[in-house]
Amino acid sequence: MGKPFNALIVGVGGQGTLLASKVLGEAARLSGFDVKQSEVHGMAQRGGSVVTHVRFGDKVYTPLVEMGQADLIIAFEKLEALRWAEYLKPGGVIVVNDLEIPPIPVILGAASYPEAVYERLEQAGISVVRINAVEAARQIGEVRAVNVLLLGVAAKIFGFDKHVWEEAIKTSVSDKSVPVNLAAFNKGWEMQGA
Amino acid sequence: MFSIKRLLSGNEAIARGAYEAGVRAACAYPGTPSTEILENMAQYDEIYCEWAPNEKVAVEVAQGASIAGARAIAAMKHVGVNVAADPMFSFAYTGVNGGFILVSADDPGMHSSQNEQDNRYYAKFMKIALLEPSDSQEAKDFVAAGLEISETFDMPVMLRTTTRISHSKGLVEMGERCELPLKNYEKNVAKYVVIPANARKLRLSLEERLGRLAEYANTFPGNRVEGNGAEFAVITSGIAYQYAREALGDRATYLKLSLTFPLPDTLIREFIAAHPVVYVIEEGEPFLEEQIKALGLKVIGKELFPRIGELSAAIIRQKLLGENAGNPALASDIPVRPPVLCPGCPHRGVFYIINKLGAIVTSDIGCYSLGVLPPLSAVETCVCMGASIGNAMGIAKMRPDKKVVATIGDSTFLHSGVTGLMDVVYNKGILTLVILDNSITGMTGHQHHPGTGFTIKGEPVRQVNLEALVRACGVEKVWIVNAMDLDEVEKALRAALNCGEPAVVITRQPCALIEKEKHRTGYIVNEQCKYCKMCLKLGCPALENKPGKVSINEALCNGCGVCVQVCKFSAIGKAGI
Repeated sequence: MGKPFNALIVGVGGQGTLLASKVLGEAARLSGFDVKQSEVHGMAQRGGSVVTHVRFGDKVYTPLVEMGQADLIIAFEKLEALRWAEYLKPGGVIVVNDLEIPPIPVILGAASYPEAVYERLEQAGISVVRINAVEAARQIGEVRAVNVLLLGVAAKIFGFDKHVWEEAIKTSVSDKSVPVNLAAFNKGWEMQGA
Repeated sequence: MFSIKRLLSGNEAIARGAYEAGVRAACAYPGTPSTEILENMAQYDEIYCEWAPNEKVAVEVAQGASIAGARAIAAMKHVGVNVAADPMFSFAYTGVNGGFILVSADDPGMHSSQNEQDNRYYAKFMKIALLEPSDSQEAKDFVAAGLEISETFDMPVMLRTTTRISHSKGLVEMGERCELPLKNYEKNVAKYVVIPANARKLRLSLEERLGRLAEYANTFPGNRVEGNGAEFAVITSGIAYQYAREALGDRATYLKLSLTFPLPDTLIREFIAAHPVVYVIEEGEPFLEEQIKALGLKVIGKELFPRIGELSAAIIRQKLLGENAGNPALASDIPVRPPVLCPGCPHRGVFYIINKLGAIVTSDIGCYSLGVLPPLSAVETCVCMGASIGNAMGIAKMRPDKKVVATIGDSTFLHSGVTGLMDVVYNKGILTLVILDNSITGMTGHQHHPGTGFTIKGEPVRQVNLEALVRACGVEKVWIVNAMDLDEVEKALRAALNCGEPAVVITRQPCALIEKEKHRTGYIVNEQCKYCKMCLKLGCPALENKPGKVSINEALCNGCGVCVQVCKFSAIGKAGI
């Protein structure tokens, strides 16, 4: 593998983007790659726009994905998909959770929630994978597992073995949450391409 | 043997490094991006760990541990070093017994901070050794290296990280703990008592110790030339090294510096002599550049690269290669998503009531500084830890015609607010202090403090009684109210503001994120809603402004009931009732 693979996981503080990036980083490590990832903690997490960068390959220097360099973005929310889409490289893929969380300026009526998010992404030449992850997570009985489910949807793009993902989940969550996260991951894995 | 590599953040790596290097004492006050260092350290039974009430105490305790012969660490965010600076400057004079490291986690770009001070200057100012790791592996390795330097050269060492080191993960080779015995402790007043007669001698010895360290800096393995690219010659350190390698790859030769105070002058002279043009690529202020130029050497630095904000590989590419990052400008009309007080946050209702009082409102460092944002827009000053009270005092003294309210959290009050309150009582200030007591250090992710009743390792302990403390400071007018009961809050605040003497209102409710499970039954908006939008003035993310009506996002609502009290039409009720 020449250049590192660049991924962003974006969403709203509190949606569980950090866990998803942890599992992805572990899966890359277990697959034998050099890995770096960068997160934001503290004030930005309080319901703000959040992003985690994950890069893996033979050798990784900066932990940050540059604008126009991402191979893949997993967006936990539609507006955040649009906000971060400029980080995708030409021909990049974005997996979008079909969920709207209005930010405070929209709630206050000072701004409006963008229309036609998917059309705008597609017009920019981006491959969009649209997924109702909340509904899918409800089907397995755990709405809070949306994060790992979305990772499952994107998983085949990374090219890691399935058992590596399962191992990565086991090393990233507490023992009692392993079954529900495995179920969420498998649900996403099956949905991919559907 | 197959080595074990784990994916660790810089903070986790520092904790692991301390464990492996035989550290016995670790002290901190939480602060982004440093907090996880002590949180991770606390998992090791071999290390005495504590959340200190502030960074000054953290350094003093770790210093005591060093004097007693133990290896010790104090960790803090960059602005915490301002608080801890006093003992640190003397510590440089006395030197150590057990090795000592001060971790300064800087925050270029101000992700979660009030300034972007470059604390490398502190190392030079304090006259202590400075190490700048560039990834998690070095963050771990430099703990051991730093403790060796500390003991060999008899001086404290600053390990300086930045957000992209602290909160970035990378692969780290794991090792075993090296169990070191306590070093011998002997009474040594000439070393540890900095009365002027001793300090004058220590001042001389400090320069001698620094001189020896400067020699060593030239041979420190972390200071080295890498690559042999012919197009560019670069001197760099910390995270900027990674950005430079990413941007310039094999096209450059790098002098990678890790021990950056004192600077390895011979290495630098040789490197510059060997290359016609040399760039200094560093994030933040021209710390390396100024010192290199002071050696009489020619380099290009901040003439080209920004000193404000974070550096990136893209900036280096743009400045040196003329390449611009592709930007399809998809995102021009996208609403911002600033951080907000969480749904169910006990601070929200208090600020809503404070807004009705027509007072000048000072505030402090913590989640409640988010009270500045619309629609609450309640906060008028926020400067540094504890400043709300002193600021309110100054305003009240100069503007006696105004009502003045200071707002501060429980953890911040114990950190450095209590001294401000003493001043208010002592110097006859008339103002109202609101202690927003959510029984935890909230913003940094729930750390205990002397008022919570638990240590960092979760052991139950005696706790500071806030009411008794403020009364002991001489405050006689004290109210304790439920932060979620808006009537109670308003009555107390009005009485406090009108009592004509220093008053304290303690508003109590645990942080919504801790109590999440307890309030889970959310509220819904019923057909009584007149769409007056009064509830939207709370700025709760669970309240959504839909066309013609307000609705409550069930997934977000924590059931605090503050919006119920604000609604004049009884249009908000419990789901299913």
